[in-house]
Amino acid sequence: MNREDFPMLESGVIYFDNGATTLKPKSVVDAMNKYYLEHTSNIHRGDYDAAIKTNELYDNVRNIVGEFINCDPTTCIFTSGTTMSLNMVVFGYMKKHLKKGDEVLLNKAEHASNVLPWIKLSEEIGIIVKYVPLDDDYELTFDNIVKSVTEKTKVISLAHISNVVGDVRDIKSIGEFCHKNNILFNVDGAQSIPHIKMDFKNSNIDFLSFSGHKMCGPTGVGVLVGKRELLEEMEAIIFGGGMNSYFEEDNSYELKTVPTKFEAGTTAIAEVIGLGATIKYLMGIGMDKIHEYEILLKNYFLDAVKDIPNLIIYNKNSDSGIVALNVDGVFAQDTSVYLNHYKIAVRAGNHCAKMLKDEIKIKNTVRVSMYFYNNYEDIDKLVEALRNSKDIFKVVL
Amino acid sequence: MDENLRREIILDNYQEPMNRGLISDDSYLKVNTSSESCIDNLDFMMKIEEGIVKDIRFDGEACAISTSATSIMIRSLIGKKVEDVKEILSNYQKMINEEEYNKEILEELNVYDTICKQPNRKNCALLPSVAVSKMLGELGK
Repeated sequence: MNREDFPMLESGVIYFDNGATTLKPKSVVDAMNKYYLEHTSNIHRGDYDAAIKTNELYDNVRNIVGEFINCDPTTCIFTSGTTMSLNMVVFGYMKKHLKKGDEVLLNKAEHASNVLPWIKLSEEIGIIVKYVPLDDDYELTFDNIVKSVTEKTKVISLAHISNVVGDVRDIKSIGEFCHKNNILFNVDGAQSIPHIKMDFKNSNIDFLSFSGHKMCGPTGVGVLVGKRELLEEMEAIIFGGGMNSYFEEDNSYELKTVPTKFEAGTTAIAEVIGLGATIKYLMGIGMDKIHEYEILLKNYFLDAVKDIPNLIIYNKNSDSGIVALNVDGVFAQDTSVYLNHYKIAVRAGNHCAKMLKDEIKIKNTVRVSMYFYNNYEDIDKLVEALRNSKDIFKVVL
Repeated sequence: MDENLRREIILDNYQEPMNRGLISDDSYLKVNTSSESCIDNLDFMMKIEEGIVKDIRFDGEACAISTSATSIMIRSLIGKKVEDVKEILSNYQKMINEEEYNKEILEELNVYDTICKQPNRKNCALLPSVAVSKMLGELGK
């Protein structure tokens, strides 16, 4: 749906790499161009017309985020993306509030950005990083999480939707459980916010991170939302202009309040404006409609490939538009090069979830990740290419 | 080169590569190399005696181009003097990077002389030469 909004689709590309990044609708690029061409100015410091306009637009994006995920707009921090947001949580909040021996529960399907910061923190202050086992479908279940919790568990950190298996984690139950047991709940929403409806206030999430570029928005901008009392306690990890009230020769200084104290330097102004435009665009379509449609596409694909004998699908049951597959006996990258011959864009690799190989017993997969602008013809073309994959080396070599 | 012949040579070396599988022997030089731009990840080991490459072996996960290039390179280098190996590697790298090179000494490695048409696969083809160069670099240390 809405294919006419995406100029890049006119090239004939069949774009199934939405887990990596998404295409941009013209309206989002126009919103950013308007800033660049008509009212370029910095925020918070100008008294002239262009600056006042930019300021209004920039600050209003917090309200748009607030409406989109049901959160307090004043707890919405603009970051460079999910990775930055997660690092801010780990090194700005957790480093101060966790102590040696405290346990953090992750799982082996997590993206590098929700693993490496924790490993680094364990090096620095001696927290213990533990991994909740996945089930037979490589999914993370509520039961397995509960079984892994000990009295030392202080944090559960996970992706709402995992970026390879695509399972939708039951964040409502996990959030309630965390809340009752005094466990902090940190959620990576990079793969979920673009695809399903989120209600921050009613989910018992403590920190939520997501990126603009995976939801039809610009690169270089993301969001960190947190409970106000936690953000008040969180320390800035980047210092500079815009985030301080004063600093003096005697080393005294005072920082501004949440969220400004976390936005040092000139932020990605055009990108924040673009983020606002993309959120309005997605709300116009409706998140429930997007999710429903993606599931229809995925089921259509799964049904169409049922009789292709040499195709291995690792995540038939997951409730999102992500399919991880391999053509039996063919290295994932060769498959993706082959598909590119038909202008089909997918991703081959470990998808930054480098520990998933311990569970799935294979290092690399081809990931087909769908979005609302994919259509049934896209799927038909993918299925046809996969059906003819016996010719793969004739095409690739 | 005839395209069918080229494909056949590459495919044969991909499906049944030479010297796949590592052995436990401390007299070998060893290196793991993975390309920055893709997901190939191979372990290499090489034995040099009296200035001559006696053996090269490898194992790991890699695409058709990396794996076949490794197999063909192993066949080309075993039995050669270290100086000659360096010459082959240098010319091979020039070929992949579309520079002037000596076609004669590359023998079967010439099957990759059109890989530059697929820029995203150049690093795959270069992988074995990077690995052998790294191991040769260890020699003098």
